[in-house]
Amino acid sequence: MIYDVLIIGAGCTGVMTARLLAEKNCTVAVVEAKADVAMGATCANSAIVHAGYDAKPGTLKAKLNVRGNVLMKQLCRQLGVEIKEIGSHVVGFNSEDRKTLEGLLDKGIQNGVEGLRIIEQDELRAMEPNISPEAECSLWAPTTAITCPYGITIAAAENAVTNGVHFYFNFTVTGASHAGNIHYISNGDETVAARYVVNCAGVNSAVIASILGENDFPLSIIPRRGEYIVLDKVCGNMANSTLFVCPSGRGKGILVSPTVDGNLIIGPNAYPIEDGDDTSTTPEGLEEITAGAKKIMPSVDTRMAITSFSGVRPTPNIYDFFIEESKQIPGIINAVGVESPGFAASPATAEYIVGLLEEAGLVLTDREDYIPTRRPDGNHIQFNRMTDEERVEACKKNSSYGKIVCRCETVTEGDLIDAIEAPIPAVTIDMLKKRTRAGMGRCQGGFCSPRVAVLIAEHTKKSLAEITKFGGNSWLVSKRTED
Amino acid sequence: MHKKLIIIGGGPAGLSAACAAVDRGLSASDILVLERDSEPGGILNQCIHAGFGLHRFGEELSGPEYAGRYIKMARERNIEILTYSMVLSLTDDRCVTFVSPALGYTKASADAVILAMGCRERTRGALNIPGSRPAGIYTAGCAQRYVNIEGFMPGHRVVILGSGDIGLIMARRMTLEGAKVLAVCEIMPYSGGLARNIAQCLDDFDIPLMLSHTVTRIHGKERVQGVTIAQVDENNGRRPIPETEQYIECDTLLLSVGLIPENELTRGANIALDRMTSGAAVNQYRETSAEGIYAAGNVLHVHDLVDYVSEEAEIAGYAAADRILGKSKESKKTVDIHTGFGVRYTVPERIDLSRDSEPLKIFFRSDNVYKKVQLIAETESGKILAKRTKTAVAPGEMESLEIKSDDILDLIGTDDKFIRVYIKEFGGDAK
Repeated sequence: MIYDVLIIGAGCTGVMTARLLAEKNCTVAVVEAKADVAMGATCANSAIVHAGYDAKPGTLKAKLNVRGNVLMKQLCRQLGVEIKEIGSHVVGFNSEDRKTLEGLLDKGIQNGVEGLRIIEQDELRAMEPNISPEAECSLWAPTTAITCPYGITIAAAENAVTNGVHFYFNFTVTGASHAGNIHYISNGDETVAARYVVNCAGVNSAVIASILGENDFPLSIIPRRGEYIVLDKVCGNMANSTLFVCPSGRGKGILVSPTVDGNLIIGPNAYPIEDGDDTSTTPEGLEEITAGAKKIMPSVDTRMAITSFSGVRPTPNIYDFFIEESKQIPGIINAVGVESPGFAASPATAEYIVGLLEEAGLVLTDREDYIPTRRPDGNHIQFNRMTDEERVEACKKNSSYGKIVCRCETVTEGDLIDAIEAPIPAVTIDMLKKRTRAGMGRCQGGFCSPRVAVLIAEHTKKSLAEITKFGGNSWLVSKRTED
Repeated sequence: MHKKLIIIGGGPAGLSAACAAVDRGLSASDILVLERDSEPGGILNQCIHAGFGLHRFGEELSGPEYAGRYIKMARERNIEILTYSMVLSLTDDRCVTFVSPALGYTKASADAVILAMGCRERTRGALNIPGSRPAGIYTAGCAQRYVNIEGFMPGHRVVILGSGDIGLIMARRMTLEGAKVLAVCEIMPYSGGLARNIAQCLDDFDIPLMLSHTVTRIHGKERVQGVTIAQVDENNGRRPIPETEQYIECDTLLLSVGLIPENELTRGANIALDRMTSGAAVNQYRETSAEGIYAAGNVLHVHDLVDYVSEEAEIAGYAAADRILGKSKESKKTVDIHTGFGVRYTVPERIDLSRDSEPLKIFFRSDNVYKKVQLIAETESGKILAKRTKTAVAPGEMESLEIKSDDILDLIGTDDKFIRVYIKEFGGDAK
């Protein structure tokens, strides 16, 4: 079959684009190198829906960030994904910072961000009782929100599949050929054909552009790693909103923020690395973000850490996002260098990409049979987000909702089976973790991961030795020697 | 739903408390034990090695055998144990919300509640070990479940960080199953495990115990490929010494880096916790700061031996039954137990003086290894209540001192606000 549109990369930008196209009469495929959606920068970032005051006025980044902030909230509501509009402070400590904040305020107003204002010490302290006594003022952005970036991306992907989008996982693009207006994208074994191709390959997007046949592609990506620490839920209410350190010449500052699931997150730093896949953490990095977080909030205690991780940003060698139709190969759209605030922007980036596709000649009409939810029968709510009444009903209807598997995050067997049987079946430990939060809590899967693995094995009729953490060689257990 | 006594947890503590409550005169039909797993018995069910029950039963049992004895005792007393039942919340006025496949989402109240939720293992995340995040990093208990319950091997070339008892037991278990345990690294200059486990699980299998060593980095993208370990500087906050770093090729890292009493429900009920034990602060009846809510076993403090868990839970079971049956007297005066030199924590943390005082045992752990010592409990005004001489104490082994009932009664008449437990060295070369 020849798809109308083929998207390379199932991060937030690729998935949001696929989901938006699924509202229209067209056929869409997504190819993804990893075993799941949201495996790159989408799954490891600050989880902030930025307001949009940071980007330079007039840039694509600024425009898509501000629009994306609005669309993200709508989409979360549509797909039943939690989002909290908690606002953010960029915290200033001296008169120099104050000037920076005024500059950000000015940029924000030009970008069309609503509700921005500079707040003085007393009001800041009233809003954030745990803030450093040395904080003098802040730029308050009430439209900043927190959500789960991979959560909404998974929800959007399910909505896309529910409406007929095809996903090809473990599909690493290694070659491309073009015949007439048809593009053939190959992983060496398998080829997928489409009339239009969108390159949303994140940290690999510049490499993919050259595989697609771009000669002398003007952009390159410098992977930049950022480290984070997640603190126990008992620390989740230490901050009421997202708190950024005022950016200085030494780079973007470190933030302290509640997460939508009730933890506290601190980070990131930013260092260029060679290998875009290298998501290690370092002792120096973890110390650096701890010190940075303590500057904003001295009472942050990393002895309450439940996990640390790092994410890699696809930082381009230009300031802006680069989203254009190829001049050399018509019908190919490159979305390259979509780094922070790429997640916040993603629903607007998708709109922009769809617009470029239409300009390139793709004719789109609205579908009458479009299903606006994750599943044909609606958005399935998890037990831990149900009201008391809903819990009573859920247990009555299906007793597996009465069986808790993940104690820390209150995830039931019913939730897990629902995710295993979802439009994109969750068949690894990490796929289930991202969809249900099983293993995300303070015991980090110490208790539930063997049980989750057994559940996957039972439902996929496989041996436990075949179940992986996240595909590839991430095996969990092997058969005993005497077996 | 209303029950006179709800026990949260059907492991060794919960079962022992339930049996004790019946033995004290409470009707079994007034008791409900809520167990979150498929079977009662708790973590004992996966501890198939021997060594349980020497104190309680005078014989060496396996974990499932020890649990089996208590399950049998509970069944003989017709105690109701509801399995797959997870308590989601608890209030300080003893309302329990739980969920189970059999009863669904249920709210229940009780005249007394005994907390017996046990503990969980500390994780990699809590230690912030740098490096990549591949498969093959397990807590020792998680690996134990894979081997002993599921019958699969979590790896073949293994490094163990931490010398807690489960780590030591797993070093032996993995070796017996054909894996190569390359090293057990312990950041402290002494092991956190029992001496008998070091002898039987490491020494007997020539597994090196590397004291004052830690893992500084984890390598491998998809599966663990190796770890970097280093010696730590005792005089510099136990920071790794870079020159001592060495790479060990392995496919598995097991963590045995401590157990944390599982007190989320306790915290939710606003019950006062002891920062040192991470469990509730209790009196000698194991009553918490919330009236009618008791705690026992590893949820209160981490024990070395299950035998002591059973013993402690009996105390809570008797006290809860006494309360329900109207036998307990109102508390009029308490004294706190303070930790003095060398003592990390005590349980109980306070003594209730107004009830019929029985002799009581104060359990405690030392904060370091000390040799040639006296263990002493004395009143604020300096009267010695108990004293014992030992050749050595270590944090890995729980100590106790028994105080006579007469001495407790005597305290009622004094102005003493606390008693103090401390360690006194008399040999000189303490380390």
